[in-house]
Amino acid sequence: MSNKLLLKSEDKLETNMGKAFLKERVVMRGKDLHHDLADMDWFATHLFSITGRRFSANQLELLNYIWSSTGYPDASIWPNNTAALAGSVRSTASLAMAAGLINSEATLFGGRPLKRTQDFFLRARKMRTEGISVKDIVEGEIKERGVIFGYGRPLASIDERVPHTLLKVRELGFGEGECVRMSLEINDYLIETRKIAMNIVALDGAVGADFGFTPEEFHLYMNLCFYSGQPPCYLDAVEKPEGSFFPIRCESISYSGKGRRSW
Amino acid sequence: MSKQQVYHSSFWEEVAEDDNPFATQEAYCHGYNVYEDILQKATWFEYLYVMFKGEKPTEAQAKLLEKLAIALANPGPREASVRAAMNGGVSKAAHASSLMAALAVGAGQYGGSHEVYIVHGLLSKCGCDLETWREELLRPSDKSFADIWLPMEHVPGFDPNGEKTPTVLLNILDELVKIELGHAQLTWLKENRDELELIVGYPMSITLIAATTLYALGFDEHQASMLFLILRLPGAAVHALEQRDVGWKRFPFYSESIQLMNDPGDKGLPVVEGLNL
Repeated sequence: MSNKLLLKSEDKLETNMGKAFLKERVVMRGKDLHHDLADMDWFATHLFSITGRRFSANQLELLNYIWSSTGYPDASIWPNNTAALAGSVRSTASLAMAAGLINSEATLFGGRPLKRTQDFFLRARKMRTEGISVKDIVEGEIKERGVIFGYGRPLASIDERVPHTLLKVRELGFGEGECVRMSLEINDYLIETRKIAMNIVALDGAVGADFGFTPEEFHLYMNLCFYSGQPPCYLDAVEKPEGSFFPIRCESISYSGKGRRSW
Repeated sequence: MSKQQVYHSSFWEEVAEDDNPFATQEAYCHGYNVYEDILQKATWFEYLYVMFKGEKPTEAQAKLLEKLAIALANPGPREASVRAAMNGGVSKAAHASSLMAALAVGAGQYGGSHEVYIVHGLLSKCGCDLETWREELLRPSDKSFADIWLPMEHVPGFDPNGEKTPTVLLNILDELVKIELGHAQLTWLKENRDELELIVGYPMSITLIAATTLYALGFDEHQASMLFLILRLPGAAVHALEQRDVGWKRFPFYSESIQLMNDPGDKGLPVVEGLNL
């Protein structure tokens, strides 16, 4: 290797993604933003910017629903909690939103499970075409990765988004999607064998696979799915007195470390 | 009344003022009184070390951490995280936006903290055994499944766009190994750098030095990643502040260098009655 790539790229970026010819026009993925894409709403344009594809009206409605049904204005949810803390200490709106947003690219929820699950369905679909059973796909994944993201809810704990979203998936004509169907078969198998059920991540990932997203595209699409819950939490905190968002008393730090000592 | 929420900590304790449960009378870090003992007696790097590790550093450990902090403090305005910070500075965005941008970009796996995290894993696995290093360095990146982190495109700890090891990196390594730490890893790196670079085919990067130093100091991969992020912020801050004053007219704007390969051509602006342009 060498610095040849740096020398070649120093003053040149060749791209198909776009360019702003300021005072004249803007091109996004080969289309004039103000002419060719003017009929698209923001959501469709956003998806076009990620994938370069135009989605059907029903696809857009479902993808939109996945977002709107996941933005919970509840300040106990971590990204919203961060946004509310920012509001409580009177940070700016954009800093608050950005901080909350990056908190949602997490491992316990959000970014990582979503991407890993959608990738799992892409791989599982391929295995299905090779004649591998759902049982073997699931057991193989658990053996190799130790986990199947998207499943793991104890049976008593229902993810309220699943029935709503599945209904929407079927209403809009996507219930027979290969990965959507497989997500339910896996759900049945895991309930039977391990007493765990699917959460919304499995269904979102299955839809993402059926709609032809690559994992990177799906990651970028889902990036904002919790976002709409943040502004209300920020605004609520801003409207209340400074510092009053769940203040913590000193004794509420439960200490379990070393005893007192001198330096 | 709902239950009182509690944050659990094994390193931080606070005692409230008698008249206000929300005001701190005393705070303890791993048992040391922060605003009496530590504030009076400790250096910044001793305190930093205690906070992360739970025990006071030896003189050599504190000195090594401080030397590394100097080495990392300013990657310079050519480096991606600093450039991100300057974008915030020149546009006069909030100061935090510059540092958040520096952290986000500086978290990457080409020269950033995630690379440090990965290299730390190699150090744990390979230690001072050259043959294990050879095996691990030549092992292809696992591309069998997707993650939020993309597959590595180069050998972690090395710079695929390098020609030979930059002098500043050699200077840093020379200076760091002078500190008698009682841990062989840094010295081993200095003695085996040539061989490692020969195996990889390109020179080491700052991430290898930083990860090795932090590993030798006993920090785990998460602590090493965090410290790498923290210690590179001063330069990002000062460069961002500087560009506020330098101003946008003297700041790069890359438009002319961007070549669109699929330009649909100019379709013109609409003529709108009553709008004078």
